[in-house]
Amino acid sequence: MTTLAHRTPAPPTQAALLKAHTKAQVLEQLRIPVAVISSTVFPTLALLFFVIPQETVTSNPITALTAIAQLALFGVMSSFLFNYGIGIAEERANPWNSYLRTLPAGPVPPTIARALTAMMFAFFALIPVLILGGLMTSAPEAFTNGDLSWGRIPLSVVVWLFCGLPFLALGLFIGYLCTSKVAIAVTQVVFFPMAFAGGMMLPPIMFPDWLNTFSLFLPSRAARDIAVQVLSGQGMHASSILCLVAWTVVLGALALWANRRDQGRRFR
Amino acid sequence: MKVPALIAVPTAQRTTAVLASVTNATKSFGNTTALSGINLDIHSGEALGLLGPNGAGKSTLISLLTGLRRADSGSVELFGRSPLDPKARLQLGTTPQATSVPQTLKLRETVDFVASHYPDPVPTAELLADFGLSDMAEKQCGALSGGQQRRLLVALALVGRPRLVVLDEPTTGLDVDARETLWQRLEEYRRRGGTLLITSHYLEEIQALASRVVVIDRGTVIADGSVDEIRSHVAISKVSFKTQLPASFFESFPQAVSAATSAKGITTVVTQDADATVRQLVRENIEFSGLEVHVASLEEAFLALTRHSSQAATETAKDPA
Repeated sequence: MTTLAHRTPAPPTQAALLKAHTKAQVLEQLRIPVAVISSTVFPTLALLFFVIPQETVTSNPITALTAIAQLALFGVMSSFLFNYGIGIAEERANPWNSYLRTLPAGPVPPTIARALTAMMFAFFALIPVLILGGLMTSAPEAFTNGDLSWGRIPLSVVVWLFCGLPFLALGLFIGYLCTSKVAIAVTQVVFFPMAFAGGMMLPPIMFPDWLNTFSLFLPSRAARDIAVQVLSGQGMHASSILCLVAWTVVLGALALWANRRDQGRRFR
Repeated sequence: MKVPALIAVPTAQRTTAVLASVTNATKSFGNTTALSGINLDIHSGEALGLLGPNGAGKSTLISLLTGLRRADSGSVELFGRSPLDPKARLQLGTTPQATSVPQTLKLRETVDFVASHYPDPVPTAELLADFGLSDMAEKQCGALSGGQQRRLLVALALVGRPRLVVLDEPTTGLDVDARETLWQRLEEYRRRGGTLLITSHYLEEIQALASRVVVIDRGTVIADGSVDEIRSHVAISKVSFKTQLPASFFESFPQAVSAATSAKGITTVVTQDADATVRQLVRENIEFSGLEVHVASLEEAFLALTRHSSQAATETAKDPA
């Protein structure tokens, strides 16, 4: 009876389980460099091709900061939705994932580990955006002339990552409901209109009134406004935080419901 | 369609603690009934083999016991709790299905990761050495051969020093050597007092590992007994010959399970005792020719056991090639 449990030490804590799941997920991601690189350079390329060539945007520190914040959030949102949210649909079909569900861990450690992993890789994607924005636009002037505090930059990165959470929840919700092929299609249909109406491609100042009003109810708009505000000091509406929190709660609850409903795919 | 229980072994003699129990559990997927009121107790120290044709409900039963699914009705208990409660699974070890290892994780990382779920895991190096995988510790799991992957999967089931190990077809697709090695590991686990629940298509595997066999079909238990008891029921033969007499005449033979005549005029009697059947043919002075005796394959024996109903006669009406 030497190797069977005859003494009963305490089972691992939730924190230990969270650490183990995060480590495993980060390692798995890192070993597929193509996935890491493509999601990391995407927002940077968008900045390079769509913002830098526009002299009117880059010459004004505030419009430059707005553009940088919009694109940063666009990157966070797409990465959370596509890579980490609906990735769950693919995993559900994988027997290894069924095996993980027989281990003595509830759904909380793997889910939070997923969010942490997503935030970590999104963080890597934000760094080159900030560097490029700092080098190739007039954005730094807003800080060097004393209008804005330098502390806004690290704070922005943290806020951007948290602003992405409702989209992670939305991705999980779709991923738990659909098979992976359907999930990708559904997410694309949801993503682009939401990104556009949320003012991530065109600033909302160019919207007609009706679109602007509609836009204010969207999570993407709320997230965009908060993201721009925290970096540039303007752009937020009174309703933005309330709207984003409400969406996070609703989408989080839907994701949780979908997780409960999900019993894996049928097997004999 | 209800199949009558063929063998009912009183469970009173099993006095050890019940580690897991399934009571009146049902589970359906849409219109398909996977389990229809199944009952099963797993006692400490036993090695329980679960046999059944494809679609009999084996995997569904296991998914209830390991907390993957919730029963539609009835109750499922694992160490006195619902298997859906992670605490219930602290003393449970399972294996993933074939070739589903995380491709990009290294062996050592994979074992460490699974080990981190348990209070007192076997040290990773020790476990890998036990399973002859030490050399591969720094390789990514995707680089393992099929046999090595299987060994890793069974090793994962044992890393948490479980009191109950559930293995769903652990050696499917393995060569004989690899299978023997795995069987040895599981024997060792048993010797140290471990409890085993194993499913297989292969009677041989069940024979090698199990002390008790439960046969399920159409979502219920149709036989439950020791390996020998079940084997004696599935150890059947086919006696075939040409004769003028109708097949129904032979159904009255004492050991016969069924009898049928094929289109080519060959009568086949499925019997539990081929010797007795042949003796009776001779004793009754029945005219026959071209006598052949075949040991029925496990599959045929299985069909006889699981379809012990009116259709059995027509099912076995095939040429004894």
